[in-house]
Amino acid sequence: MSTENVIEVKNLTMEYSTRKGNVSAVDNVSFSIKRGQALGLVGESGCGKTSIAKSLLKLLPDNAMIQQGQIVLNGKDMVPLPEEEMRKHRWSEISMVFQAAMNAFNPVYTVGDQIIEAIETHLPDVSEKDARVKIENLFRMVGLAPEMVDRYPHEYSGGMRQRAVIAMALSCDPDIIIADEPTTALDVIVQDSILKEITTLQDRLNMSMVYISHDVAVIAEVSDRVGVMYAGRMVELADTEEIFIRPIHPYTYALMQSFPSVTGPKRELVALPGEPPDLLHPPKGCRFHPRCPNRIEKCDQEQPEWKDYGDNHFCACWNPMEIN
Amino acid sequence: MSNQPLIKVEGLRKLYPIDGGVFRKPSSFNHAVDGLNFEIGHGESLGLVGESGCGKSTTGKMLVKLFEPSDGSVKLQVGDSYINVSNIDRNSRKDFRRNVQMIFQDPYESMNPRMTIFDIVGEPLAVQDIGTISEREERVAEFLEMVGLTPASSFMFRYPHELSGGQRQRVAIARALVIEPAFVVADEPTSMLDVSIRTGVMKLMQDLAERLNVTYLYITHDLAVARYMCDRIAVMYLGKIVEIGPTEELLSNPRHPYTKALLSAVPIPDPRIKRDAVQIEGGISKAIDPQPQCRFYARCPIRDEHCKTHDHPPLEVKGNGMQVACYKVPVE
Repeated sequence: MSTENVIEVKNLTMEYSTRKGNVSAVDNVSFSIKRGQALGLVGESGCGKTSIAKSLLKLLPDNAMIQQGQIVLNGKDMVPLPEEEMRKHRWSEISMVFQAAMNAFNPVYTVGDQIIEAIETHLPDVSEKDARVKIENLFRMVGLAPEMVDRYPHEYSGGMRQRAVIAMALSCDPDIIIADEPTTALDVIVQDSILKEITTLQDRLNMSMVYISHDVAVIAEVSDRVGVMYAGRMVELADTEEIFIRPIHPYTYALMQSFPSVTGPKRELVALPGEPPDLLHPPKGCRFHPRCPNRIEKCDQEQPEWKDYGDNHFCACWNPMEIN
Repeated sequence: MSNQPLIKVEGLRKLYPIDGGVFRKPSSFNHAVDGLNFEIGHGESLGLVGESGCGKSTTGKMLVKLFEPSDGSVKLQVGDSYINVSNIDRNSRKDFRRNVQMIFQDPYESMNPRMTIFDIVGEPLAVQDIGTISEREERVAEFLEMVGLTPASSFMFRYPHELSGGQRQRVAIARALVIEPAFVVADEPTSMLDVSIRTGVMKLMQDLAERLNVTYLYITHDLAVARYMCDRIAVMYLGKIVEIGPTEELLSNPRHPYTKALLSAVPIPDPRIKRDAVQIEGGISKAIDPQPQCRFYARCPIRDEHCKTHDHPPLEVKGNGMQVACYKVPVE
């Protein structure tokens, strides 16, 4: 792993405007990813993890706006770029694997034709013949038979479709892929083989990755570094082992305590009281304070600072967990 | 509590025709559930675990009489004797529903959006003619408080769309338990909930089971959840139970090769632990007109000639209370 940052996100704030008012889905989030590194973003529905993915790719719906911040990809800020410019960077530098693999392909074209189209659009120098060879190689790499190139999406099973989506994401040799819950709809044995595929390929191609999941266990297995999101804000960021052994934020701690495991001693699960806030009216101060067991006076007044705890471990909390 | 089981399932089957029509008899069948035998004791929680398409939901629906079995029987203990669920006719269905209820997976689709929370939770009481309206109101309030929707008065006359997923699932639990049934089938009741909400709902279901002496059949694809919710677990593969036994024994010492594969595929929420490689071949298919051999044969890492030429193995006690359907697993 080199020290070069493939992507740097600085103070990113993204809002959706709705009839009821503005929703700050991503609020002042910063992180960077080195070449070959996998960052896991974990959090519950509505915490802003998919909104970050869409912002990074600038695939935002019409009512969404990046209000502030920078997304520096290979040294260039993507935020001010118009759509035509952005299109040149998508696929060839940054690409994505989405959750709904079932809907990622057009049912009336073969999977191969659709990937060739992507290659031709983004790498115009590659001939159709070379593109085809490239796809067959990619298919072998993700564990699909090369004959499947000429098949239609309905002839694929769920797991095969997810593999094809991964092959498509890799087709233009991106520097970074954004994987948004790519295994959530899959059975556990299929999930296992896809996870292995993703981590092996990422390693082999020395690619960077943002892996988004609500599943703490999946994040533990695929990421080098983990960012925990709550209600649009990043509350903690650290190396994977570090954050699992030494969680600092009470929400990170609660998330890990409430997650069941099939192995190890059967420990008591701890339930968090309450529900995540409505982002139309987020609570003042720390957004986690209404549910927080460590709450102190200033938590409902001031937003906690993003503090450095050493060893590349950052956390935003006024009254963190006992650290030892 | 008696020593007799509350539920006895014998030779339960459900076959779906996949061809045929109005004038033609079907010649091909999907054996969705194929010869299940198990019992559930009073106050016990049995987990039914497996991948999508293994027949776990179909089994659950036959137990609550939402589906009719193609063959075999489900018997429910009422008083001192057993009634065969298939023989229940229109007139006695109401009594059956008094004893048996279901909690569904999707809290968004399992409730009538035009009914208030009071109507939803109170409906079983109304159907069963229990109490006057004011008594029902009191009871609904009591159950809403019990499932953690407090104060009940602020939820009673709201509509489902005003509640979050976790709150709706609590309403679904209140609705299932308000008539204090003996047996509840819960089909993936927490799989659509977020982690921080899920744990609360799991704990609630356990507390209520103890308080109201409810027996659960808990259907889930998630072995980690089953570990916390169930006393015993049955693992299903293509319509068959391949292994059944006490939860901790099954998880710490799985015997059937499919259970082993399933367990080794579950991610572990601790980055320091590396899992063993999953020992399984190929992908899951359907049991359409299955060959007379072990259902797991094609994917099994320990198969041999005997497995190929013999019918699907029966469930046999192999040791420590574990029943396993495999020729290759030795009796201890």
